[in-house]
Amino acid sequence: MNELIKVNGLSKTFSLSAKQQKLEKTKEKKKTAVHNLSFTVYEGEIFGLLGPNGAGKTTTLRMLATLISPDEGDAVIDGCNIRTEPEQVREKIAFLTSELKLEDFFTPNYLFHFFSELYHVPEEAVEERRKMLFGVFGIDAFADVKLANLSTGMKQKVSLAISMVHLPNVIIFDEPTNGLDVLTAKVVTDFLLDLKKQGKTIIISTHIFSLIEKICDRAGVIINGKMAVCDSLDKICAGMSLEDRFFELYQQNAGGEAE
Amino acid sequence: MKGTVFTIFKKEMFRFLGDRKIVFGTILLPGIMIYFLYNFMGDALSNQLSVEEDYKASCYVEALPQELSGMLEQGFAIEEPSGKTPEEIKKSVREKKTDLYIVFPENFMQAVSEYDAGKETEKKAPLVEIYYNSSEPSSTEAYSEATMLLDAYESQMANKFDINLGSGEAEYDLATDEDSTATYFSSMLPMLLLIFLFSGSLAVAPESIAGEKERGTIATLLVTPVRRSHIVIGKIMALSITAMLSGISSTIGTVLSLPSLMAVDNSVNTSINGSVYGVREYLLLAVVIISTVLVLVTLLSIISAYSKSIKEAQTFTMPVMILVLLVGITAMFGSGAKKEWYFYCIPCYNSVQDMIGIFQFQADPVHILLTVCSNIIFVLLGIFVVTKMFHSEKILFNK
Ligand SMILES: Nc1ncnc2c1ncn2[C@@H]1O[C@H](COP(=O)(O)OP(=O)(O)OP(=O)(O)O)[C@@H](O)[C@H]1O
Ligand SMILES: [Mg+2]
Repeated sequence: MNELIKVNGLSKTFSLSAKQQKLEKTKEKKKTAVHNLSFTVYEGEIFGLLGPNGAGKTTTLRMLATLISPDEGDAVIDGCNIRTEPEQVREKIAFLTSELKLEDFFTPNYLFHFFSELYHVPEEAVEERRKMLFGVFGIDAFADVKLANLSTGMKQKVSLAISMVHLPNVIIFDEPTNGLDVLTAKVVTDFLLDLKKQGKTIIISTHIFSLIEKICDRAGVIINGKMAVCDSLDKICAGMSLEDRFFELYQQNAGGEAE
Repeated sequence: MKGTVFTIFKKEMFRFLGDRKIVFGTILLPGIMIYFLYNFMGDALSNQLSVEEDYKASCYVEALPQELSGMLEQGFAIEEPSGKTPEEIKKSVREKKTDLYIVFPENFMQAVSEYDAGKETEKKAPLVEIYYNSSEPSSTEAYSEATMLLDAYESQMANKFDINLGSGEAEYDLATDEDSTATYFSSMLPMLLLIFLFSGSLAVAPESIAGEKERGTIATLLVTPVRRSHIVIGKIMALSITAMLSGISSTIGTVLSLPSLMAVDNSVNTSINGSVYGVREYLLLAVVIISTVLVLVTLLSIISAYSKSIKEAQTFTMPVMILVLLVGITAMFGSGAKKEWYFYCIPCYNSVQDMIGIFQFQADPVHILLTVCSNIIFVLLGIFVVTKMFHSEKILFNK
């Protein structure tokens, strides 16, 4: 199998501002969010990053999407290094996390065309893609309404559709079903499974076990910024339920650091 | 790759010009407000300073000589002080009930004819005293009129020579419309323009850069393959145009209302208006304004990129605004534009100097070229700095 994404010893330490120190109730000036993280994602699979709040999932994915750069280690995505070729990496991936907002002033239609231009989508292909993606997420009904007047779930659908304007081969979604009702969440999971069928490679992060069990081929469990285990779902669970296995791992790895 | 700059530029323009609140609040409103405000100020000032045409100043005259009564009665409502003491009359002037109190010495005409300035040294010249109240416009006016009349009468008696004999100053004031406009425009507009352009930039730059950071929409742009420098250039272009529209609206408001504001000054008989300037002046002005706006927008973009929120950007802008205004004020000192080349390498200072030159019909193309070049260098440096900032996680994502 082709190793499409290879992550090698990624580390990231944030320096905390006084305000953040107070929020985190810590006196330390630094916070290591991700520590020496390595994993591999094979072409055409769905890989799940599982971990409790604050484990470092989002930080890892932000590094892969070149939004922030790692302190140590690197990663190669579809042949492009995240450190040395960030622009090429961005061409190849769709990235979504709750931090990425769309401007309230514009309509889904306008934004779709705007981002299509930024991704150099050929002009004749834009309208066809828009129909397809807006169709999948049922955006047509509010395609000409300003985002300011849409609900959180509607905005999330628009974000999902727009992140895919360039139909990339690699999809990195951070908690894609967050804030969505069960119906919409199902649309998203079906969409991901459909993408997998088309041969795309997908990483999702979540703390929802059922989502991992339902769609992921392999998964990595992150605890306190470290990879506790990374394997195919069957091997991780080893006969247990994913939930039970997770608690076991957490006990072994959190080692007294538990909150 | 130029395509992405244009895409960003287009989006920003649509953001500004598609928003009725921004179009009205930051582009149209300033010009309209300035127009009405200045007109109102002009009216109020001229009402305050000028006295009604057919008004006759009330005037007490002590020992008015026959020979002079005809002359004085034309302009003044003369009353005999019969029975009133000088103190009572002075009090009435102080209380603004009476405009003037003129005291001629007894036998004034005789004393005048006996007095010869050339020979007599022991005897003093006869003294006419005029009491007035400088806080009352009609009294001040009456005072200067009375002084003028008596002066004229005095020189008529000696009549060695005359100055500007005639009805008014109009025929002697040789200032052309152009001169007056040059004087007034160059003394007011450069500084005002700098302020207008600054406030235009301030209305949009923090919103577009710090605002996008605050709302998390900039991160969405940063995960696309767009170069950060292209984002910066596209934004600065769009911000400059919007800021300029705002500045131009304020300027039009000022230029249209300036004649009314200037009408306050009575000694100016020529008309003041922007039509005396030709295509050349307006073209040069446009060049200076464009390069100035670029400088201001770049400056505010750096501040906005550093700030976490719009509010913080506005706070950080305050000291910078004061600095820019001080530079602008310093550039207004002195008469006319500076000759030394190095003054034209200081952003903002050079703009004000250029505008003074342009408004006085003395613009030096070399100075303007220097201005444009140094401003472009400043803007390029600024774009480089903001791009660097857009590459910094600390600056972009620090909460
Ligand atoms: N910009 C930052 N500055 C300082 N600390 C940060 C920053 N971003 C993340 N952290 C810290 O790094 C740790 C990991 O955060 P991260 O967002 O990656 O967790 P996560 O696994 O995505 O959690 P969640 O499930 O809550 O989304 C947390 O302790 C967080 O406080
Ligand atoms: Mg997260």
